Amino acid sequence: MSGGIPDPTAPLTPSGNLRRRQIVSKVTEYGATAAAVVAVAVLVIVIYSVVSKGAAAISLDFVFSAAPTGVGPALLGTGVIVLIATAIAMPLGVLIAIFLTEYSGNRAAGPIRMTLDLINGLPSIIIGLFIFGLLVDHKQQSGFAASVALAIIELPLIARGSQEVLLLVPHSMREAADALGVARWRSVLTVVLPSALGGIVTSTILAVARAAGETAPLIFATSVFDATTFSVNPFEALPNVPVTIYTLSEEGNPEGFTEAWGLSLVLISLILFASLGARALLARSKRKLAS
Amino acid sequence: MTNLDPTANGFDMMVDAPVPPRFRIRAEATTENLGTVAPQNGHGSIAHEVVFDSQAIDVFYGAKQALKDVSLRIRRGEITALIGPSGCGKTTFLRSLNRMNDTISGFRIDGQILYHGHDLYGGNVDHVEVRRRIGMVFQKPNPFPKSIYDNVAWAPRNLGLKQDLHDRVEKALRGAALWDEVKDRLKDSALGLSGGQQQRLCIARAIAIEPDVLLLDEPASALDPIATAAIEELMHTLKGRFTIVIVTHNMQQAGRVADRTAFFSLDTSEAKPVGALIEFTDTGTMFTNPADPRTRDYVSGRFG
Repeated sequence: MSGGIPDPTAPLTPSGNLRRRQIVSKVTEYGATAAAVVAVAVLVIVIYSVVSKGAAAISLDFVFSAAPTGVGPALLGTGVIVLIATAIAMPLGVLIAIFLTEYSGNRAAGPIRMTLDLINGLPSIIIGLFIFGLLVDHKQQSGFAASVALAIIELPLIARGSQEVLLLVPHSMREAADALGVARWRSVLTVVLPSALGGIVTSTILAVARAAGETAPLIFATSVFDATTFSVNPFEALPNVPVTIYTLSEEGNPEGFTEAWGLSLVLISLILFASLGARALLARSKRKLAS
Repeated sequence: MTNLDPTANGFDMMVDAPVPPRFRIRAEATTENLGTVAPQNGHGSIAHEVVFDSQAIDVFYGAKQALKDVSLRIRRGEITALIGPSGCGKTTFLRSLNRMNDTISGFRIDGQILYHGHDLYGGNVDHVEVRRRIGMVFQKPNPFPKSIYDNVAWAPRNLGLKQDLHDRVEKALRGAALWDEVKDRLKDSALGLSGGQQQRLCIARAIAIEPDVLLLDEPASALDPIATAAIEELMHTLKGRFTIVIVTHNMQQAGRVADRTAFFSLDTSEAKPVGALIEFTDTGTMFTNPADPRTRDYVSGRFG
């Protein structure tokens, strides 16, 4: 073909290789759609199997009392561990985000962002091993050691998430504050941070949700515990959800297996509600910033 | 000379002075004042106190030169307009006056700008202190996402001016001709105001800390004609209380509000065109009898 329109008066049906291009286009479209469906299906199947196998174990007694009938101490212990981890990671993460967006130039921000992404990609077992050598070996297992490990996991999530919402705060806000002769840290504290607060809280909740399910570091840091009593003392080994799920599923009797599924159901519900709540909060604060 | 100590120049910056210092300065202006222009320089027979004395300013952004050899003196209590076509460095010059360009990477300034006789870019000059005295209002209204009251009260609070804060806020809002429109909804979000109201709120926010100078960067360019008229009206009431420098695209606006007008344009005599000050004179002269043919072409609407 010479490349021009073959015959301007021909009927407007596909000509040339248009038919083939349309087929390729369709295949691509269906392939992409199918991939998206698979992603949703995986989540649905996981949730379905957890619910169907774990629902039988769920009762008030199961959630609130200690072993052997319930997993209350594990839920409380995970709560304490994650709380301490977040108390360590959130201030640090937000400060790192503030440094990245408000103070550092591009030259410093690039390597730090990359470092955070690398920490984020670090296998949690490595973090667990590191904490084991640092805080457990020759000492003793403790909830605090687990908290430090989880803090390392939360840190990049909180820092990167906060950084992204801080970047959403319009530059004109900072310029307006600068032009009023107010020192930068005061404008960060009273103008920039309040505008981004919703997003910072959200990324923290998402980090908490992620940390609550981390198992590998907890096996090193706090796996030999007394599940029959409630404890909030972080300087001894604390019962916790992931390790409890693991040990329950290793038990020889089918009851333990059901309980493992039941505890999984509790954990997955908590994480799901936290994530959904966090995302709703984030959407709201983004809308507020955009207006 | 580089010390930005407010008392060094015979005036004390507001703080708790009952009479705003601006009013006193006029009476005190004498030839011994550092920034005073001697009458023989052709600017008339009255000794005008000079706020900014820009001496052969060159501005660069990286390798690109934005302004070349700009020398002009801005007098206290007057409105000075900077006009000219886009990209000729008006805004660059304005932002150099309160060091808002400092954060732009590659920004470099040669020459000297004296502010009341102090080198604005001197070694021990703090840019936060500079902006505390030289306020700025931007092209696009940029109120904080806070209440109307908190927008105005924010800077005084953070600068430790917490005494009689409510009076200060009311005075600033009255000064910006906004009080009557917002007095019943001070707690409402500033983002709910119209564009013109937002811009007047930004002016109120700037004058709430009683700066010495107000820099206005095309304050009405994003507004409709009625809001623009309100801003211009406001500038007349602010004149005398503040030294005002305004950048505007709108020649008629310069004609209506400014005492003196500076015309910037691109100097195309060199390989790369660079912003330059073409003419700086009384606004009346600028529009009726400009000295430079380029000014004549611009004000008569032949280009730009």
